[in-house]
Amino acid sequence: MTTTSIQTQNDPLVIDGVGFGSRLIMGTGGAPSLDGLGAALIASGTELTTVAMRRYSPAETGSLFQLLLDNGIRVLPNTAGCFTAKDAVLTAELAREALETNWVKLEVIADEHTLLPDAVELVDATEQLVNRGFKVFAYTNDDPVLALRLENLGATAVMPLGAPIGTGLGILNPHNIELIVSRASVPVVLDAGIGTASDAALAMELGCDAVLLATAVTRAQNPVQMGEAFKHAVVAGRLAKQAGRIPRREHALASSAMEGRAEFL
Amino acid sequence: MNIKLNGDHRSIGDGASVTTLVTELTGRGLDASGQATDGRKIGVAVARNAEVVPRSQWAATALAEGDELEIVTAVQGG
Repeated sequence: MTTTSIQTQNDPLVIDGVGFGSRLIMGTGGAPSLDGLGAALIASGTELTTVAMRRYSPAETGSLFQLLLDNGIRVLPNTAGCFTAKDAVLTAELAREALETNWVKLEVIADEHTLLPDAVELVDATEQLVNRGFKVFAYTNDDPVLALRLENLGATAVMPLGAPIGTGLGILNPHNIELIVSRASVPVVLDAGIGTASDAALAMELGCDAVLLATAVTRAQNPVQMGEAFKHAVVAGRLAKQAGRIPRREHALASSAMEGRAEFL
Repeated sequence: MNIKLNGDHRSIGDGASVTTLVTELTGRGLDASGQATDGRKIGVAVARNAEVVPRSQWAATALAEGDELEIVTAVQGG
């Protein structure tokens, strides 16, 4: 039995009653071509993938939605590019109609420079969307207080950022992520800021239920290989978390017994 | 009549419905429930004057002079 099948068979990620064998949620932003994207998604093993909603263009070749359907990957529409609760709610309504899902990754961004969530608009939009029957995956700051607020408003999952979108800086405040996890009773998905495989493993070791990333794969020099790296990293981090790491110590602790040593004159 | 589609002016026959417009734009046939007749998902949504038109209402929703339509689909992102 491989590690992947251990995870698939015994330890599914469950969100809103739906089980996923992979704890890696992929985004699709930043890929230069649909073909390349498809290969990277398959290599990553993802079963849930985000898309953005934009104006339909007849010139567009190929359908991303169809690509995901063809590969059995569930679609998670986002509200990327929305700066207000009003825009986010309308975008979510369009996504629900277009893609026939009531799941939405809620992003309400404060400004284009930081791309950080606007907490006030985020709370407002979460409340409105929950009331309209959406399952809200709330993209949030790494703020334990805000994360709990979103959960109490009815968010299906909370998705704290590791670092600002697209920076690849990793997890800037591991302590806060751990705190969010320790108090959450909905799935916690580390979202944004992931740069390389070890960042995803760390997220899982901190206790996150899943990791969401896009550009770390799509803009890697070899997206297919990086997708596969993340597949293993998420499994490794999850296994390590469940296995229970050794405590950190101030001083060295020998692992070889001192007694029974040979004596030399 | 003249409408606005995704920010651009567009002319469409009098009496056109949302279904007419979606078919013109995508080249896909639609049944009365708003599903594509080729059996595959059409994957688009329509807002008319900033209000979402459910696909079940596409056929029954007539367009009017000056309407502003947005038709969106899934693209790469996030």
